[in-house]
Amino acid sequence: MKEMKLFLGPQHPGMSGNASVHMYVDGDIIKRSYLLPGMLHRGFEKGMERHLWVNNISLIPRVCVVEPDTNEMAFAMAVEMIAKLEVPERAHYIRMIILEFARLSIHLMSYGGLGGPTGLYTLMYHAHTDRNTILNIFEKITGHRVYHQYIVPGGVRKDLPVGIEKDMHSFLDDLESRYEEYRDLGINNLSIQARIRDTIMLPKEVVWELGVTGIGMRSAVNKPYDLRKVKPYARYDQIEFDVPVSDYSDAYARVDCKLQEVLQSISIIRQCLIKMPKGDVRVPISKGQAMRWTVPKGYAYACVESSRGEFGYFMVSDGGTHPYRVGVRGASYPQGLLGVEKYLPGTRLDDASLWIDTMGVCSPEIDR
Amino acid sequence: MNKQYSIFTSWRHFKHLFKKPKTIPFTSIFTKKNMNYLNNNSIIRSKKKVEMSNPRTAGDNQRGFHTNDWEVCIGCGTCEEICPTEAITMVERLDIKDEEGKLQQRPTIDYGRCCFCALCVDICTSDSLKMSKEYIYSHEDPNAFELMPEALWQGHAVEEGWVKDKASNLLDLERVHMEHESPDERKSSFIEIVRGYSKEYAKLEAARCVECGICTGSCPVQMHIPAYIKAIFEDDIEGGLRQIYETNPLPGVCGRVCTHNCESACAIAVKGEAIAIRWLKRYIIDSAPNDMYEKILMEPVSEVVDARVAVVGSGPAGLGAAYYLRVMGYEVDVYEEKPLTGGVMRYGIPAYRLPDSAINKDIDFIEKIGVKMIVNTRVGKDITMDKLEKDYDAVFLGTGFFKPRSLGIPGGDHKDVIGAMTFLPQVRDYERGVLKLEDIDVAKSIVVIGGGDVAFDVARSATRLQMLKYGKSDVKLTSLENEDQLPSSDDELFEGSEEGIELFCGNGPQEVMIKNNKVTGLRLWKCLCIFNETGSFNPEYDKECEQIIEGQQIYIAIGQSPDYEYIPESLQGKLQFSRGKIKAGEFGQVEYTPWLFVG
Repeated sequence: MKEMKLFLGPQHPGMSGNASVHMYVDGDIIKRSYLLPGMLHRGFEKGMERHLWVNNISLIPRVCVVEPDTNEMAFAMAVEMIAKLEVPERAHYIRMIILEFARLSIHLMSYGGLGGPTGLYTLMYHAHTDRNTILNIFEKITGHRVYHQYIVPGGVRKDLPVGIEKDMHSFLDDLESRYEEYRDLGINNLSIQARIRDTIMLPKEVVWELGVTGIGMRSAVNKPYDLRKVKPYARYDQIEFDVPVSDYSDAYARVDCKLQEVLQSISIIRQCLIKMPKGDVRVPISKGQAMRWTVPKGYAYACVESSRGEFGYFMVSDGGTHPYRVGVRGASYPQGLLGVEKYLPGTRLDDASLWIDTMGVCSPEIDR
Repeated sequence: MNKQYSIFTSWRHFKHLFKKPKTIPFTSIFTKKNMNYLNNNSIIRSKKKVEMSNPRTAGDNQRGFHTNDWEVCIGCGTCEEICPTEAITMVERLDIKDEEGKLQQRPTIDYGRCCFCALCVDICTSDSLKMSKEYIYSHEDPNAFELMPEALWQGHAVEEGWVKDKASNLLDLERVHMEHESPDERKSSFIEIVRGYSKEYAKLEAARCVECGICTGSCPVQMHIPAYIKAIFEDDIEGGLRQIYETNPLPGVCGRVCTHNCESACAIAVKGEAIAIRWLKRYIIDSAPNDMYEKILMEPVSEVVDARVAVVGSGPAGLGAAYYLRVMGYEVDVYEEKPLTGGVMRYGIPAYRLPDSAINKDIDFIEKIGVKMIVNTRVGKDITMDKLEKDYDAVFLGTGFFKPRSLGIPGGDHKDVIGAMTFLPQVRDYERGVLKLEDIDVAKSIVVIGGGDVAFDVARSATRLQMLKYGKSDVKLTSLENEDQLPSSDDELFEGSEEGIELFCGNGPQEVMIKNNKVTGLRLWKCLCIFNETGSFNPEYDKECEQIIEGQQIYIAIGQSPDYEYIPESLQGKLQFSRGKIKAGEFGQVEYTPWLFVG
């Protein structure tokens, strides 16, 4: 049969973000494929070098639209490392709450996204309803639902609003009570299992070859390598939580790890709410008004554990008002760009969108 | 992993069929309020069917559409500067009242570009720009998305969303600490009080400036203040100096003693402490090496004009005129009656505020560009006005106000009632060693009348002389104005009080008490008001509220008047005077005597 070219995305229910996978198929087997990111958001590193330190906070959330907070956190941490800033204790806990809510929201979105390629839209409706509640909480805290622009170098922009803890607890209790229900609808559902078990494998060797981190790695190598544990930032070293692992890296194992992480995130947020002290939430980067903030000469690499793996910012400052050089390590770069080219071929056409969804591919962080 | 699931496992979700949906209904987003501006809009075709109920209110921190209270907004344009998407443009609005410390412009926001990051709100110098909870706006005309925020959003009062607070504030409201000599140390000497900024501190202070330029309008010589502050921030002393000399030939002096109106107009002062503009100016002058000075000063001097100008008086006005005339290519001679040039700078302001070294630096450079200083020559005595008229193409009069105003109360003509401009030159002469301490007659207790900077100069100089002479000080200061209305600068009041000057503000002098031909004190009545309804000076007193303060000498610092004795009568007849000043037209040219200019 003659080879045919097909596109997955950018307009496709199984595509995450404004990216497109170009596939050459023979029958329904993919023969060759490559990813074309950069359909919408790209060129961040150079963009950041042209922005003031303070103005960058409006740009960086766009590096990953659904989980902007990890970007903000990595950027803030890198600046704090160069400037040797002491972040107020309360800000650390607020940051953890925000980051874990972000993890919850993206895991729910990704789990709901499973409904797109498998045709079970009920899952997506449920997941998005819960994500909506999280966005409501974000809106109350940060002022925006998606681009929070909340975690900034030196702390967070504002203290938590009064009474937000009640909203958080009620959502977490509600989500926890429906956790089993979620599993039953999704990965315990035989029709979905038929699509995700023993397929779309990401074996150990591929993980090492490509440099995959996060759930992709943990579900393959059976080791709890999580930056929150091995290189704790904020106050993760003072919080108890488990890192779910697996040794059989099919799509099912990855989704399973994600769902288990949901429970862990719920627990982390609850602990943060108990342990969070009172006090200031922000220190300025340097003296003066924000447009003349400078960061001393130096460089730093700061990384955080995003839902898709290690997300890092390498930043260089020449002591001026702008970053001199920024390098972003997008968490989904290895599996998203290299993986699609090398390991997507050989799978079936209808597995392509499941690949994209369960690997966690976010296009702006690839073409940054 | 190997657990087997039934095909019915996921059927439990059917129970949700009987639950209320969690989605946000359309009707809850489009509220009655929103509908008003959706009217006449074809985008929402089903508007008539929309029920207005259950409006969805955004969170308290919502970064929605902006509101801007025009009464509070000062038009500084800082929002425009910080906007990362360049969505904000300042638009000139001449219908706004032209007030000191405000610009006649207000921000417009292009909502096609705005990313609602709220940085503009967080850096607003007056806290007038806020964000509301409104997040819905629709219009068929693309141009209608460029809006000028006002206190009301679309004509409605709306709830506040994101507002600036302590944590989100992006301004630095606290001034960088300036090292001062301690009151005990400075009280018994004439060393300069303000030590000046170091490079590091100057840069930190310069980093606070938002470059709005409101200060420029309030400066008498319209200095390019934001430009030279930026030069300090960028460590470009040469650029800063160049900016300064464009408008001010006496920066070393002005960096220490100018009235710093700029600092009262400073945008940062709306919510915090003004930028220390005067001290930053001084930093540039103090840290610029001499060869840099020469290079900058010599550059603009041209040699094209073949004309001579005589300048009478070497005070700030005379030297300023001399500098710019010389830069334009004129040959300039400055006539000064005293042995040293500088006028009020040299003989009025005490050395702890303005040391000789600073004056010398400025004047030396003016001399260097070719201005000739002729000292010890009083016009009218050593050289006549007629000769000046004959020898020069033009004459500029820059003689100061050295004649004291009289008190006009009983006992006011006693020899121990002394004018400020009699006393202060003596003090300066003492500092430079011309006079000895014994030569200056300073009593053990002194009363100073006046509430301006000169009164404090007198009081604080007297304190120092008393400390040197007697080891202790006793100076009282009385003024018509209350303490919060004193015309003196805040620094003087603060530092003067620190040095132990007793204040008797809000009182008017009625009689100098004299016993055995010696001054013993001053009788005061409480002052009820200083000006009458028409605004002219006419103080009213409460006679019941009387007090007598003791003092062996009374110093008067209630203003000075000019001395025009040097002008021959024939010329005086041609001149017109208004409140002690010679009336002049544009550029200071005097009518009917085109060769004569006044400062």
